[in-house]
Amino acid sequence: MSTPGHSDHTARTGPELTRRDFMKRAAGAAAIALAGGGLATALLDTHGPKAQAETAAAKGLGDFSIEALRGKPGRMAIVRADVRADMNKEPDRAAMLLRALTALGGLESFIKPGDRVLLKVNAAFATSPTLGATTHPDLVGAMAALCLKAGAAQVSVTDNPIHSPESCFALTGIGDAARKAGARIILPREDLFKPVSVPEGRLIRDWPALSGALTGVTKLVNLAPVKDHHRAGASMCLKNMYGFLGGRRNVFHQDINGIIAELSVLARPTLCVLDGVTVMMSNGPTGGSLSDLKAAHVLAVSTDPVAADAFGLELLGRALSETPYLALAEGAGAGSADYKSLDPQFLDMGA
Amino acid sequence: MAAPLVRIVNARRASQVFFLLLTLWLCAVSTLGGEFWRLSGWPVNFVLSLSPLTALGTLLSTHTWYAPLLWAVPVIVLTAFLGRVFCGFACPLGALNQAVGWLARRAAAAIPGAKGQALRERLADNRHSPWQAAKYYILAFLLAAACFGSLQSGLLDPLPLLFRSVNLTLAPVADAGFQVLFSKPRHYASAWLLFAVFAAVLGLNLLRPRFFCRYVCPLGALFGALNRFAPWRVGKRDDAQYDRAHGDCGNCTLCDTYCEGACQPSGVIKTSECLMCMNCLDACPQNRVTFCGAASAGGEEHLPEPSRRGFMFSLAAGALSDPMWPLGGLADTGKNPLLIRPPGSLDEARFLSRCIRCGQCMRVCPTNVIQPALGEAGLEGLWTPVLNFRLGTSGCQVQCVACGHVCPTAAIRPLDLAEKLGRGPYAARGPLRLGTAFVDRSRCLPWAFERPCLVCQELCPVSPKSIHTRTTYEPIRFGQAQFVLAQFAEKGAARLSLSGLAKPTANLGSGDYSLRPAGHAMATPEEGLRRINACTWAESGQTLTLDAPPDPRKGWKLQPGDTVEILVRLQKPYVDAARCIGCGVCEHECPIAGQRGIRVSYENESRSGPGRMLV
Repeated sequence: MSTPGHSDHTARTGPELTRRDFMKRAAGAAAIALAGGGLATALLDTHGPKAQAETAAAKGLGDFSIEALRGKPGRMAIVRADVRADMNKEPDRAAMLLRALTALGGLESFIKPGDRVLLKVNAAFATSPTLGATTHPDLVGAMAALCLKAGAAQVSVTDNPIHSPESCFALTGIGDAARKAGARIILPREDLFKPVSVPEGRLIRDWPALSGALTGVTKLVNLAPVKDHHRAGASMCLKNMYGFLGGRRNVFHQDINGIIAELSVLARPTLCVLDGVTVMMSNGPTGGSLSDLKAAHVLAVSTDPVAADAFGLELLGRALSETPYLALAEGAGAGSADYKSLDPQFLDMGA
Repeated sequence: MAAPLVRIVNARRASQVFFLLLTLWLCAVSTLGGEFWRLSGWPVNFVLSLSPLTALGTLLSTHTWYAPLLWAVPVIVLTAFLGRVFCGFACPLGALNQAVGWLARRAAAAIPGAKGQALRERLADNRHSPWQAAKYYILAFLLAAACFGSLQSGLLDPLPLLFRSVNLTLAPVADAGFQVLFSKPRHYASAWLLFAVFAAVLGLNLLRPRFFCRYVCPLGALFGALNRFAPWRVGKRDDAQYDRAHGDCGNCTLCDTYCEGACQPSGVIKTSECLMCMNCLDACPQNRVTFCGAASAGGEEHLPEPSRRGFMFSLAAGALSDPMWPLGGLADTGKNPLLIRPPGSLDEARFLSRCIRCGQCMRVCPTNVIQPALGEAGLEGLWTPVLNFRLGTSGCQVQCVACGHVCPTAAIRPLDLAEKLGRGPYAARGPLRLGTAFVDRSRCLPWAFERPCLVCQELCPVSPKSIHTRTTYEPIRFGQAQFVLAQFAEKGAARLSLSGLAKPTANLGSGDYSLRPAGHAMATPEEGLRRINACTWAESGQTLTLDAPPDPRKGWKLQPGDTVEILVRLQKPYVDAARCIGCGVCEHECPIAGQRGIRVSYENESRSGPGRMLV
């Protein structure tokens, strides 16, 4: 006789099978068999795995340029600090920025109330702002404050730097300046990177980019210093966009001009500010010594990153032919390498 | 007798929880940053510096008592007078061990009807074992090795063990979903082994309560020696003296049943083994077990078992271990070329006399390049810090000296930036060097694959850069073609039609490629070259747009059928070893992802003689 809930497995001496027990066991066995067969049917893969994992890459990071200006020459203002002032003293970047923006109709003509603004700074290295390798914190603070004053709902600051992000935003002073002005820092956390492709791009194909930082963003402002760069010739606004890339992005240095040209259309900024107050003339883009810097005391604001960079080249004393990426970016439709064709306004703080 | 306001075991539990939380908090705040929950003035080494084993070990190996380790003095004083209060009330790993043991046994006792059985098993588990002497032999070995300059105590000292385990294995895994502590996922080489050791320490509690504390812990053994003359201790009170206030001892052995240290309070108590868990005081139904300044009525025994012979054997083994390490040749020029220590590290011999492998430097390093060594430093240097520039988020950041400032024993000296960068008073000596970068010309893109690159030079943080370049123009493979037709048009540019050019594998219009007539002897490397600004390729014919019309005086004849060749402009990297600081940014950023095309090894490091390369 079998005891309920307990069955003896030894067949030789085992008790007889009851109908109830048999039905229970048959049902259990059928459930397992069905589950196995069902899973195989439901998830059947007759082809095997593909050679490459499938990704759904976004097309670029977005066009943040002012719609009314698209297809027209960009706008540009260049401010020079008071020449009578002491060249050893740094001029007030905030005042220079305001002056340039005022000449372009005020920041209100670019940033509307409710806009969510992202400031793309160059925070590549964890070095102090005096070394000029990164965007100056005064410029970041001034731009963030002006955006908020123009009614921006939110101002964020980001970069995917070379050194550790926390150290970079701390040591460059950008973190403090941004927070003080009411902006927030977006650290390039792993989950903010998504694969992106540039339409008709050769290099940026399914490549991880910092697209999470641009979620909900309506205006993009590029803030860059003017720096020597051995491989690219110069690092300014366009090269600053490298900081949107993730992954082992350095492979693109094989085609530095090609990659910068693609970056010029990866995300189109609303405004570019090129800070030529101190210019890194040599040993770029890291610098590391004050002797690498030269006081030029100018600052350019433009809607055209190519034009801004073309002007920056003059500060470095380089010819357009030394940076082929400007011609390539122009060819890609990112702007004009002949900045004078924009009819820039030349302003003087001393006047 | 009235019930006390706070049961002593509850006070003990509260204290254990406090120290465990304190430890976890100190681990959590060890990230660089100014916020209150970041490394901004928190005494992150406080718990670590409580260990008298670290203090005594470094004392024996360096003959000094490093000032930050003075926190061990109050612990020694407390232990000398009151016994192993640290084990019972403070040790965070002890608290974890006790908690795991309690959970395991609670689960066993939860089976209905198993309570009596569980108690009997518990009594058996908590019976004193002669194997508890093992920890004294371990201690003797470690101290003897320390006498000869090899500090190994950190491998088994519960405080470094816990900090290492939490910071290098638990925290990165726990934070992966939140990214609060680290914005990029952390990597620690051999983390699985670190975790396996930690898991084993915790898992052994299933075998015996506080297994590690009883059998292995060298710090506990040291406390067991330090409480030799403790005037106050746990013990059973005499019947004759206490019969009015206390009941009779019925030898119920409940005190033994709950004893975490297996020191047998019911019989001859092994005072050196008493962990001060105070469970016996709480368990005794007759309130006969007390903590007071008198010997236990059941008798006392100190330092049980460790025989003089065994003790001498361990000491000899520890002492002998010292000449055995250098026998492997790892201390001198035979050392692993990848043994690159953090900035400020002492020379290898003095480094190993101080490092307790607590992992604080690896935790705080903002770029995560400081890694626990598995084989790089030999067995003697297991889990000591070593720089691995392939892991982490960058190289050793030039303007960072965090590791030296969290090192509890100054194996990595607390440098200031001026010393690291060789400025101010250190200008004559120059910057601190961790090693030297070497270009691997068989892997470097410009050297080996006729591809422009130069990432290493770009990111070299030294001024002037220690990586410099020499520019060459080299004919590319399959780069020859026949001239067909030339058009001179817009802006002085020229368009050349060619035939026979093989399908290019690189972007010839990238600005890095030029064209010249083949076979033309050049006076300068650039003579006659015309940069290619654009290239369109079809099997039937190819068109190159040049930056300027070809100069007939420089070998360009432009006759149909003339052979032209494409050259690539390469800036080939060279390392100026006299300027290289070995920060490893170049190696980290090299686009050759596997074995990098530029790699740092220890040569020319500032810290030691054998590393010297340039004279």
